Amino acid sequence: MDQVESPEAFGRRARAWIVKNLPPADMAGGLEVDDDAEMRMITQARELQKLIFDAGFAGIRYPVEFGGQGLTRAHQLAWREAAAGYQVPSAFNVTHGILAPTLLDFGTEEQKTRHLPAILSGHELWVQFLSEPSAGSDLAGLLTRAERDGDSFIVNGSKIWSTGAHFSDYAMVLCRTNPDAPKHGGLSMLYMPIRSRGVTVTPIKLVTGGSHFCQEFFDDVVMPESNLIGAENDGWRVASALLVHERNMVAGNSLNDHVPATSGDEGAAAAGKEVIELARAVGRSQDPCTRQLIGEVLVLQALADPAIARVNAQLRAGRLPPPASALVKLMSSMSQYRIKEIALEIGGTQAVLNGTGDYLGVHAQRWLAARIGTIAGGSNEMQRNVISERVLGFPREPSPDRGVPFSQVLSSRRR
Amino acid sequence: MDVDLTGEQRILQQTAREFLEHEAPLSALRERAAKGDSPFTPDYWQRAAALGFAAMLVPEELGGVGSEQPVLDLVIVAEEMGRQIAPGPLLPGAVVVDALVRAGSREQQKEFLPAIAGGCVVATWAVGEPPDGWDSAAVTTRATRDGAGWVLTGRKFAVEAADTADLFLVTARTEAGLGQFLVPRDSPGLSVAEVPQYDLGRKFGNVTLGSVRVPVGKVVGEPGRSDECVDHQFLLALTVQAAETVGLLDQIFSSTLDYLQGRYTFGRPLASYQALKHRVADHKVWLEAALGVSSALARATAEGDTRAAALASAAKAHIGDQSLVIVSDCAQLFGGIAMTWEHDLHLYLRRATANKFLYGSPAQHRERLCVLAGL
Repeated sequence: MDQVESPEAFGRRARAWIVKNLPPADMAGGLEVDDDAEMRMITQARELQKLIFDAGFAGIRYPVEFGGQGLTRAHQLAWREAAAGYQVPSAFNVTHGILAPTLLDFGTEEQKTRHLPAILSGHELWVQFLSEPSAGSDLAGLLTRAERDGDSFIVNGSKIWSTGAHFSDYAMVLCRTNPDAPKHGGLSMLYMPIRSRGVTVTPIKLVTGGSHFCQEFFDDVVMPESNLIGAENDGWRVASALLVHERNMVAGNSLNDHVPATSGDEGAAAAGKEVIELARAVGRSQDPCTRQLIGEVLVLQALADPAIARVNAQLRAGRLPPPASALVKLMSSMSQYRIKEIALEIGGTQAVLNGTGDYLGVHAQRWLAARIGTIAGGSNEMQRNVISERVLGFPREPSPDRGVPFSQVLSSRRR
Repeated sequence: MDVDLTGEQRILQQTAREFLEHEAPLSALRERAAKGDSPFTPDYWQRAAALGFAAMLVPEELGGVGSEQPVLDLVIVAEEMGRQIAPGPLLPGAVVVDALVRAGSREQQKEFLPAIAGGCVVATWAVGEPPDGWDSAAVTTRATRDGAGWVLTGRKFAVEAADTADLFLVTARTEAGLGQFLVPRDSPGLSVAEVPQYDLGRKFGNVTLGSVRVPVGKVVGEPGRSDECVDHQFLLALTVQAAETVGLLDQIFSSTLDYLQGRYTFGRPLASYQALKHRVADHKVWLEAALGVSSALARATAEGDTRAAALASAAKAHIGDQSLVIVSDCAQLFGGIAMTWEHDLHLYLRRATANKFLYGSPAQHRERLCVLAGL
C-alpha cells in the first residue's frame, strides 16, 4: 500500500462501489422543498456520508490522521466523475468545503482530532455565523460581542444568512472581543454547538418561499475559551481564510468532494443540458435566437473548467495571490446569473405560468432567486474590490474607520 | 499560454518575444501601412523562420525543428505574435503544412515543406467564401475533372497574405465531397484582388479562380475525401487564432492597467476610482477565462481530443466577443489619446476585430455548438 493508487484506478474502484451503494440521483429535486422533506434529506445525507466514510472514500484530500484519504485533487475529480448520476450528501458541501478546511488551518490538535473525523463520517454538520443584520460586505464592522468572563466568553448579538443553521450541529462565530481596538484587530473566532443555551435559530422565508437561510440570536451564550479557533483577537485572519475557502467551494475547487449544486464546472454542465431540454419542451429548439442563447450557455459551460484550472495553476505556482480565488467566484456568479436569465428567456410565458414543482415553472422561480448567487458568499462588488485591489494592485478604497477604535466608528446603528 | 510551460518552451517564448520586439515594432507597422507596403518583407519572414516560426509542424527530416509538442510550440509563437500585432503568415502557413503532413504525397512534402519551413515560400489557405462562409459546408468553389488533372472555378475571400503568397492551398468541392489543391501564384486563371488594409499587421486578398488547371501532382489527398482534413485545418486555424487574440488581449490589458496606475486626475490615480476598478476586475475575469480556454483548446488539438471541436467554437465565441468588449473598453479607459493614429490601441482593436470574424463569427460558432450538442 506504499504506492499511491492512481486517480484512474481510484475512480474505477469508486465507481464500482458507488453503483452498488449509492441511490441514483433524483433529477426532479433540488429547488424548493418543504421542511419535512428537507429534514429527511439531511438525515439521508448524514447516512450517505457515513456509508462513504466507512467504505474509505470520505475526505479524499483530508489527512489520513483525521479520517481522510490523504489523496489529491485528481482523485477528487475522479470521484466526482464516478459519482455523476448518483446521490451524494451535498448537504455536507459547506461543512467539508469551508468549515473543516478552516479548522484544519487554525484548529488545535485537540479540536481537529475531536471534530474532523466526526465531520467526515457524517456526524457533524458545521456552518459559519459571519454576516449580521448591520454587517454584510463590511464584515469586520460586526457587532456581536464575546466578553471575557474568566476562562469563558459570554456571547450576545445576532447573525444572519447562515445556510442551514436549523439542521446543523456546530457554528464558527466571528465575534468582537475588543471594541477598543480598530475593527479588524478586535475580533475572535469561536465555535459553538448550535443547540447551546441562549441560542435561538429562526429560518428566514425567501422570495421563493423556501427557508435555506437563518437568523440567530445570542442571549448570554457561555463558551469556554477552548472554543477559540486561532488566537484571541486574531479572528479576522481566520475569517479571511474561511472566506477564501468559501470562494473556492463555490467554484467547485475546495476540499469538499461532492458536487456543489451551483459550482462553476458541474453546475454549468448541467445547465447546458437543461436549457436544451427546456428549448425542446417549449418548442423553440430550432429558433435561431433561442439557439444563440443556448450557444451562450454552452460557451459558459465550456469556459468554467479551463478558467478554474488556469487560476488554480497560477495560485499553486505563486503567480497569483490567494485572494485571486475571487476571480473564479465572480466568474461563477456572473455565469450562473446569466444562465438563469437565459433559461427564463427561453422558458418565456410557459415558464412564468407554471409553479415551483413544474419543470418549466422552475426556471421562472429560479429567476426570482437569481440574485442569491451574486450576493451570497461576498457580493460581486466585493469580489471586484478584491480583484482590483489585491490581485491587480490598485489602490484600496478609502476607509475612514481604518486605525480608529471600533467603539468610535460610525455605523448604521450608531450614527 | 499555459502556466505549465516546459523550460524549452519558456526559452522559445522569450526568444520569440525578443525577436519580435526588435524586428517588428509597432511603429514599423504604421509606417509600412502609410506607404501601402506589404506588412512584412521576405527577409523578415525568413529570419522568423530561422527561429522555427514556420516549421513547428514540419517533420524534422523535412526542415522541421523537431518539436516535442508541435502544436503547443506553434501556439506559444502565435501568442507572442498577437502580443505585438506582429506581421507574418504564421496561421495560414501552419494550416498548409498541416494539410501536406496529413494528406500530401511524399513528393509534395519534399517539394514544399522545407521551403515553407525556411520561409522561402509563403503558403496560404484559400478557404473562406463570401458572404460568410467559414466551414466545410460553405465551400462552393468547384473542382471538376479535366483529363488526368482538375479545373478550379470559384471565388475565395479573406485570404491572408494573398499579396505575397507564392502558394495557395485551395479547398474546393468535387462531386464526391471536398478536395484540396496546390495552386502556385503564377497559375493562369488565378487572380488576386487586394482589399483595403484593416488589420495593419496583415493584408488580405480576394482570390478568383477562373478555370485554373491543376495537374494531378498538385492534388492534396484524394479529391472528394478531404472533409476530415479540412475540419482539422479549421480546428488548427481556430487554435492558432485563439492564442493570437489572447496574446494581444493580455498585452493591451496590461498596458491599460499601467496607464490607470500612472495617470492622475483630481489628485489621485485613475486606478483609485471604484467605477474603473470594477470594470477592470470584470475584464480580468473574462481575460483569465479566455487564456484558460485558449490553452485548453491548444492541448485538446495537440492530443486529438474529441472535445477539441466544441472547445474551439466555445473559445471563438468567447474570445471573439470578449476581446472587443475589453479592447474597446481599454480605449475608453485611455480616453481621447486612444483615438489617435499614433496610439497603439487601434492596432490591437483592428486585429481583434478582424479575428472576431475570420474563421467564423461568435454567432456562427454558438450555432455550431448547438449542432455539436445534438440540437
